[in-house]
Amino acid sequence: MAALDAAIHPVSSENTMLYFVIRRTAFAAVLLLVISAFTFWIFSALPADPAALTCGKNCRPEVIEANRERLGYDRPILEQYGSYMKGIFAGRDYGEEGASIHCSAPSLGYSYDRHECVTTLIAKTLPVTASLAFGAFVLWMAIGIGLGTMAALKRGRWPDRLATGFSVIGVSLPTFFLGLIFTMVFIIWTGLLPFPQYAGITENPGKWFSSLILPWFVLAIVSAATYVRMTRNGMLEVMNEEFVRLGIAKGLPRRRLIVKYVMRAALIPIVTIAGLDFAFLLGGALVTESIFNLPGLGKLTLAAVVNSDLPILVATTLVAAVFIVVANAIVDVLYGYLDPRVRVK
Amino acid sequence: MSVMGLGDTATSPDVASDPQAVGLSPFKLGLQRVRRDRLAVIAFWVVAFYVFIAVFAPVLVRILNIDPYALDREAINDFGLPAGRFGGISWDHPFGVEPGTGRDILGRLMYGARVSLLIGTIGTILTTVVGVTLGIVAGLRRGFIDGLISRLGDVTLAFPSLLLIIALANPMTQRLESWGIPQGNTARLTYILTVLTFFGWVYMARLVRGQVLSLREREFVEAARSFGAGTGHLVFKQLLPNLWPQIIVFVSLSLPGYVALEATLSFLGVGLLAPAASWGIMLGDSVRYYRADPTYLFIPGFTLMILVLAFNLLSDGLRDAFDPRSDRQQL
Repeated sequence: MAALDAAIHPVSSENTMLYFVIRRTAFAAVLLLVISAFTFWIFSALPADPAALTCGKNCRPEVIEANRERLGYDRPILEQYGSYMKGIFAGRDYGEEGASIHCSAPSLGYSYDRHECVTTLIAKTLPVTASLAFGAFVLWMAIGIGLGTMAALKRGRWPDRLATGFSVIGVSLPTFFLGLIFTMVFIIWTGLLPFPQYAGITENPGKWFSSLILPWFVLAIVSAATYVRMTRNGMLEVMNEEFVRLGIAKGLPRRRLIVKYVMRAALIPIVTIAGLDFAFLLGGALVTESIFNLPGLGKLTLAAVVNSDLPILVATTLVAAVFIVVANAIVDVLYGYLDPRVRVK
Repeated sequence: MSVMGLGDTATSPDVASDPQAVGLSPFKLGLQRVRRDRLAVIAFWVVAFYVFIAVFAPVLVRILNIDPYALDREAINDFGLPAGRFGGISWDHPFGVEPGTGRDILGRLMYGARVSLLIGTIGTILTTVVGVTLGIVAGLRRGFIDGLISRLGDVTLAFPSLLLIIALANPMTQRLESWGIPQGNTARLTYILTVLTFFGWVYMARLVRGQVLSLREREFVEAARSFGAGTGHLVFKQLLPNLWPQIIVFVSLSLPGYVALEATLSFLGVGLLAPAASWGIMLGDSVRYYRADPTYLFIPGFTLMILVLAFNLLSDGLRDAFDPRSDRQQL
């Protein structure tokens, strides 16, 4: 029986899929290695002397030299990269026995400006960015797909014009301008919302929600604009395909045809792009976080820029890159899984 | 070739016997279609208006008798806020004055248009040249070089670009200054243009590579090659004319993106620095005053938004006209 099966399907589709997944994972790993090396190199090659940045402006040269040795900045760059990579998997001690600071794995460095392990800082800020990104994602997909579907179904009539108009204005609104308008209107003029002061969802859900509602909408409006267009055009394109005409000829109810066949085919590429956008946002919504005073990854990065806190900058770049690379890999694999037409090829 | 001439009034029925008859290039065909799109034409004139102001800002400022850099102590009150209603709008200062300094907003907006359009234009040109070159090389050479360029693109896209641009802004500007590029905003401008090109070429290169891969198998390219055409002829006479539509659509998409990005960077304090006039700087500055002086937020904000909107509408029109697959015609 198995032999017969093998004769009919020389390579079973599961094997192809598995092979594809392995290859894609290996590629992602190589990509991350290249990115980490490049990031590490470019921040080390900067004119800023990391050791000189470890203590204030009137710092004695002896202290700088001591810190250079303590933090390993006197070693060759390749060796520094090696210990950085090792730190990610095994944790790392900064400094000698007596005054050493231990950062447990995954250690992404030690911030001399804040006197804290970078991993701790990221663990504190990531939930904020994740809350922001997740809420915005749900909203923008709802607005984008909702308006886009409406536009496609009522093509050429007023709902279509409305959605298309929303879309072109949305893409033209710089995030920070929309953020400032929202602050102006909802916080300063009408006083509907207090000035955002972030609190974790577990400690104060009400405060959490009220500090995030405006940023969610800002990001959602700006991002949804593109999705309205993609959904509309995608659905119009699918509606012209033969399998849809077959469905009509077969007498399928319109609602079922649209939801089950048209939307499914049109939305798969959109959902995959959305995955990438979401991952990009997870790396830190710099503008939105800075306007609405949210202590997330983006705010951490901006503060590190001001203070020339290189270890934090290297780490946030790497973390953001990991999100992008992993999302890319997942999306590629999912795409083949979701779309029957791709699978057949 | 006759297919390309469809819709062209110059193609008379006896086209076969007329040696002068040529099919319209995709470029000219697209241009004809854009002219019929009313919204795109309006958007074009709005953009042209901004360009005019940017180019002639120094002259216009003198005609209107305003000085974008002069500090006007008379125009602000003791708290540093503009004297008078609506951000100090008056005959001397038609759009009001900057809080804190009393500098004229209209004048600064005009000079800000120079910064925005300069970065938008040069950034787009650099990105396009690098992208098209690498795309053509990858598509034409194929094999190892193609693989190298494509993987380089993968790596570039995997970087969190905005984050890296912001993180590297200050130290890289110092580095450029130490290489002899004039200090301050010249070095900052150089940095912004460099990173825009560094992160922006990939999309263009991918687009062009795909086109070249399919074009190089077409009969007219094969014919040219069989006549012994060199690479230069193939690239400039055979391939490029057929790539223009895609290039134009890409350019029209990246211009508004770069204009908005410059404003964002300046807003975050890693773009140009005052006293340079940039809309992003003004908007970043307005955050400190917007409770007392909302005019200072809205005027530069809408100035920026209208330009980006016009660019986007123009780009929609161009895409509909140049991309045969676009479906606005079905409406």
